[in-house]
Amino acid sequence: MSAAFPLSTETIQPEQAPARVLTIALAGNPNAGKTSLFNALTGLRQKVANYPGVTIESKVGWWSLSEEMPPAQLIDLPGLYSLDAASLDEEIARDVLLGQARTIPSPDVIVVVVDSTNLIRNFYFLTQLLETGQPIVVALTMFDLAERSKLQIDIDKLSKALGVRVVPVVAKRRQGIVALAEAVAEVVGSPRMPAKLCLLSPEAESELSLLSAGDDEDRYGAFTDLYSDELPDAPDRRELVKQARERLAKMNQQWQQEPLIARYDWIEGVVAGAVQQESNGQRSVTDRIDAVITHKILGPVILLLVMLLVFQTIFSWANLPMTLIGHVFVALADAVRTHLPAGVFTDLLTDGIIAGVGGVLAFLPQILLLFLFISILEDSGYMARAAFLMDRLMRAVGLHGKAFVPLLSSFACAVPGIMATRTIENPKDRVATIMIAPFMSCSARLPVYTLMIAAFFSGRKVLGVVSLGALIILGMYLLGITVAIIVAWILKHTILNAPPPPFVMELPPYRVPDFGNVAHALLTRTTVFLKRAGTVILAISILLWALIAFPRAKVANSSSPQTAVSEQGLNGSDGSSQQIQNSFAGRAGRLIEPVIRPLGFDWKIGIGLISSFAARETIISTLSIVYNVGERSDEKSSLVDAMRNAKRADGSPVWTPLVALSLMVFFLLACQCMSTVAIVRRETNSWRWPLFMVAYMLVLAYVASLITFQGGRLLGFS
Amino acid sequence: MRKNDKQANPEPNESGSLDTLPSGLAARVVNVQGSTAIARRLMEMGIVPGAVIKVVRAAPLGDPIQVCLRDCQLALRRAEARAITVLVGI
Repeated sequence: MSAAFPLSTETIQPEQAPARVLTIALAGNPNAGKTSLFNALTGLRQKVANYPGVTIESKVGWWSLSEEMPPAQLIDLPGLYSLDAASLDEEIARDVLLGQARTIPSPDVIVVVVDSTNLIRNFYFLTQLLETGQPIVVALTMFDLAERSKLQIDIDKLSKALGVRVVPVVAKRRQGIVALAEAVAEVVGSPRMPAKLCLLSPEAESELSLLSAGDDEDRYGAFTDLYSDELPDAPDRRELVKQARERLAKMNQQWQQEPLIARYDWIEGVVAGAVQQESNGQRSVTDRIDAVITHKILGPVILLLVMLLVFQTIFSWANLPMTLIGHVFVALADAVRTHLPAGVFTDLLTDGIIAGVGGVLAFLPQILLLFLFISILEDSGYMARAAFLMDRLMRAVGLHGKAFVPLLSSFACAVPGIMATRTIENPKDRVATIMIAPFMSCSARLPVYTLMIAAFFSGRKVLGVVSLGALIILGMYLLGITVAIIVAWILKHTILNAPPPPFVMELPPYRVPDFGNVAHALLTRTTVFLKRAGTVILAISILLWALIAFPRAKVANSSSPQTAVSEQGLNGSDGSSQQIQNSFAGRAGRLIEPVIRPLGFDWKIGIGLISSFAARETIISTLSIVYNVGERSDEKSSLVDAMRNAKRADGSPVWTPLVALSLMVFFLLACQCMSTVAIVRRETNSWRWPLFMVAYMLVLAYVASLITFQGGRLLGFS
Repeated sequence: MRKNDKQANPEPNESGSLDTLPSGLAARVVNVQGSTAIARRLMEMGIVPGAVIKVVRAAPLGDPIQVCLRDCQLALRRAEARAITVLVGI
């Protein structure tokens, strides 16, 4: 469009305009209704993208401004309270808004989303944007709520005072959407407006004119130089700015606060002139709900009940669909096996690909259910209250209150739990939370615990009543939590050390969650999981299959070895046992035997450890193959017998209660879950953190197992 | 609020930090101290000199606190609340 200007002074007709895609940015405070508006404007024409090199996600969609114009690219930015960036996502959003982002074109129009029921605070960010002189249209969201609370907003007056077009919208009912598109289209064609800066004190103003050499055009540049945290790079400028700051500091110690106060003063004036509030003198609904939800005693009780419900859902209700998915893929693998000739290709298809896809899809029920809850909790405003209630406790470990829900969810499964850490804004807090999430003893460890307990601790009681098995499982959970606390503390005091960002959290008004938004969020999460994590899980699954399947054993009719979800009958297990013992995994098991012997493990257990990197519960099927027992309904009991009878070369039993305990500790602390690795890769957008996680958890697991086994022996246990 | 003024412990026109303000009592922000980053974040959220602020209640473990400002609810840790000087009796 810029090329078109010098050629003609006429108004540019849309069809004459060069077919350049317009870029429109959607920005505003958190909880201002940005997501609802984005969904209303783009519908399903949206996708999630990552900003290059960082973990921050942006949603990009297509918005048809009018029938004549090609759809504009609408970028949904992270919620911001201010342009003064405190965190990475704020920094990125600011760069995009100011046209300083390298990969995203400077927005042609910024739609600033303003919550009608909370004008003053929302206007702060708007004021800062007005100062930049970027083309702006204001969308007043939740206009129906403002009307209901007897807030009379004079749109014309407001628009005149702000100097930009103001459009009231109700995104849920698609009201004002057309008017908003018209306003944006109008701004696209009109010349840039002058930047608007609040008037400061005479002293500050004179410094500004000094720095801008009296040129009004440069006032914003001078303003940024004077009040930003850093000094400008150019040496002469640097000195000038430094001197100006010193002079101001001499007059007023808090000179840096002046623009903030000036902005709020200006905003108060604008709002007073355009808005009338009929006070009804009643406590708002939010106040009344808060009296219960954040109550000293009731609050924690309600939080406990809510979390119990969430936990119950992902722990047990997701089980049925997960089992169903498992069965479907086992049946599918069987069908393929019967219809295709036996061979490497069939094995790859059944045990590598089908099992891998099944393994990916098995996570979907948990992810969908957890995110259903999280969307509802977030949209309703409850999530902020949960963080408020838990902050003190979480802070003891150096984490944010918002880490509570993701960590608790991780007891069911770390994958959705890690995805849920998205609600934590501070990147370092978020990574610390992700790093300790796998220590929450997840449901995949339970089959391992129960097998070990069934084999070596069953029927034993402590003090005559409590079963030893239950105590051991409880101990595992507590050990996981303790290790998580210690690791979090260490991480937050070393590599993730940062001054805690000021904890000023908005407790948004309670709102009934919008069904459309929740559905959108679920859809987004599902696609992201399948596309980004699913592919990695599938790849690792095939790799692990290859480790077990190659090199091929000489036995002609060797049936396939086992992976996560496949099952197999008794026949052929002899061949499988040979196959797995001669495979790469089997050789690796032997190779690592010297390393794992101090933990009490032999090479057969080593094979189990290697294969269980796919998923922890895989060790059961692997051990079944190694010990040559079938995998029928009586699988567990025959496996238990085989384990009890397994002998070392010198005739001593391979498995003792102490070995079992050592193995349980290892399984608790090692990151044997490719899905977790894949999701951490996805959520941190690099291989650095997932690899670090695997490594440090492995070291921890090794040391803890070593202490368990050797310490146990010293104490005379066996 | 007028009623409260007479009953509350702090005398009218007494200033103190926000974390010592009894809950339910409205006060006016006089000054925001603390590091630049903290003061800025607090002020961006609307806690500027002149604003009316009220402590609603403290979290179960006494920290953070819930405050009400221009009909908005905010949660602050006590460490941040200490940086805010308020004047009772408005």
